[in-house]
Amino acid sequence: MNYNWNWSILVTEPYLGWLIAGLGWTIAVSILAWILAFSLGSLLGIMRTTSVPLLRGIGTVYVEIFRNIPLLVQFFLWYFVFPEVVPHDWGMWLKREMPMPEFTTAIIALGLYTASRVCEQVRSGIESIGVGQVSAARALGLTEWQAMRYILVPVAYRRIIPPLTSEFLTIFKNSSLALTIGVIELTAVTRQIEEYTFQGFEAFTAATVIYSLITFMVMGIMRYIEKRSRVHGMLGSGG
Amino acid sequence: MGDFDFAVIIDNMPFLLKGMQTTLLLTALAMVGGIVLGTLLALARISSVKPLSFVAASYINFFRSLPLILVIFWFYFLVPLVLGRPVGGFYSVLVAFTLFEAAYYAEIIRAGITSVRAGQFQAARALGLSYGQSMRFVVLPQAFRAMIPVLLTQGIILFQDTSLVYVVGLKDFLVSAELIANRDQRLIEMFTFVAIVYLIISYSASQGVRMLQRRMQR
Amino acid sequence: MITFENVNKYYGDFQVLKDCSTHVNAKEVVVVCGPSGSGKSTLIKCVNGLEPFQSGKITVNNVSLGDKNTDQNKLRARIGMVFQNFELFPHLSVVQNICLAQEKVLNRSPSESVERAHALLERVGLLNQAEKFPSQLSGGQQQRVAIARGLAMDPVVMLFDEPTSALDPEMINEVLDVMVQLANDGMTMMVVTHEMGFAKRVADRVIFMDEGHIVEDEKTDVFFSNPGSDRAKDFLSKILNH
Repeated sequence: MNYNWNWSILVTEPYLGWLIAGLGWTIAVSILAWILAFSLGSLLGIMRTTSVPLLRGIGTVYVEIFRNIPLLVQFFLWYFVFPEVVPHDWGMWLKREMPMPEFTTAIIALGLYTASRVCEQVRSGIESIGVGQVSAARALGLTEWQAMRYILVPVAYRRIIPPLTSEFLTIFKNSSLALTIGVIELTAVTRQIEEYTFQGFEAFTAATVIYSLITFMVMGIMRYIEKRSRVHGMLGSGG
Repeated sequence: MGDFDFAVIIDNMPFLLKGMQTTLLLTALAMVGGIVLGTLLALARISSVKPLSFVAASYINFFRSLPLILVIFWFYFLVPLVLGRPVGGFYSVLVAFTLFEAAYYAEIIRAGITSVRAGQFQAARALGLSYGQSMRFVVLPQAFRAMIPVLLTQGIILFQDTSLVYVVGLKDFLVSAELIANRDQRLIEMFTFVAIVYLIISYSASQGVRMLQRRMQR
Repeated sequence: MITFENVNKYYGDFQVLKDCSTHVNAKEVVVVCGPSGSGKSTLIKCVNGLEPFQSGKITVNNVSLGDKNTDQNKLRARIGMVFQNFELFPHLSVVQNICLAQEKVLNRSPSESVERAHALLERVGLLNQAEKFPSQLSGGQQQRVAIARGLAMDPVVMLFDEPTSALDPEMINEVLDVMVQLANDGMTMMVVTHEMGFAKRVADRVIFMDEGHIVEDEKTDVFFSNPGSDRAKDFLSKILNH
């Protein structure tokens, strides 16, 4: 295999600067998209478990649409198609005057997509609690909303910490798709370095190591959170 | 918005179909390869041979922590280098997808195997069947039966993920549509069309899996 | 036929078998009883190597279980086992359940295996269920098929791990009847059970275990009329009262 090794490029400028900037963009996109995904997804998840058919219907339609279109296609729809189909003035603003259009679009696309997945996690968390708990709450006179707020939601969220953490990590991985609309995040940077220096091995290894570290750290934080929030005596709580 | 032009879609149908063919071929091959490799990984992961289990677990955790785009870049870059000659994009990408998906399939299969009661394995061993025979005739058939819906669902996810070959320009369905979109300045029509096609195929497939699941419960 | 010499077994730090020594002679029927957690299931699972043990010696037909040279699979083929939860293979039909090991381990031809299977199903009274699947059978029927499956391997000894504990009361007798018939036909049997009626009817000896120790090990009539230990007396008084 003919290859000239040169690991030093990773620590020389401008490449090092690129890597740091790329990592910064990755983190920024991921965290902002997560905030959107978590709030909207929670709302949708709760909507899907209420007894109001309209709310359930909206939740179902949302999930089916956002789940069955590839994320990349969703990125393109938001970036290329959306500004063209909204009223003319809005479209012009989106294309000309919105600050950081690629960055913002990436957050919207990633956030709305992930919201559909968070919705399903929340829904299955709530549904797994079983009708007995709700019956007991209603028998005490609590309304459906109160039962949701005081009984179901607190317990459900503790149960879904592992899958939610998994979703959070998935957002980090999916943030790499932002490169297709021009966000120079971590993966894009390493491709750029490869194109400039032909040191593909080194460049991609840098990204690989960084993504692995992120996963490792997030898993560690999750384990910590899970331990602190264990509901004593519940299945799977180990307590 | 104005003129939504259906003609551009119809006129270029052959080209788009060829792209879809590539998408489906990539999906099918990566799925088969991924399941085969995933089964081996799952068996290694649950085996009592510590080094084997460790290697399998490392592989699985490694590939699951990386973005698919990065894996595609890796193999697009690496495969020709290792083979010493240029390789068509399709093969590099196929290797990337197979190795990547295998890590996900491995976890599904592992869950399936461990869901088969230990008693079944014991009963098979008590009859004198070897480890391999017990796996092959008693445990794996039951495990796969339980796992089919989840394996198929992962296949639908894979189908959508193949769109990422965009980053290396392989002419799949999405890239074919995008080429036309840019050539004819018809981004709205083409991207909307692509979205609808994916939506219909994925939704129907997932409904199919749901029906299959219901039939299997009986 | 089976010998235990000073067998000790641990699950991690917990000692589940403590210095167990006993034997089962050819054609003998030995019942193993005792309270939960006494180690009785573990004892017989050690006989066919499904559970390892840390010290001591177990031999079956003069073959030592701990010996590195022992082919565990071949040994298991000669020892039949019936489980509390039947453990029939749900994806195979009744006759396929009985033929699988015959073909793969004993290398019998398919036709030979099926013939043998039918003969055994006849013996346990289930020939007309041959093509059914386990989920279509009652618990008692499944357990009888499980016995036939074990017998198909022509074992030298049959082990039973609480064979009737998971059955509804009205089905217990159909299984016990098969086991009694088996004993009368001269099969060497080691049976973990609470069914004292069965023990009185066909067991030659009774082993009573408590907390990992073999506390009693004597002929059936002696055990029931005058066991040595208080533990055994206590146990008997409790379970014979219904």
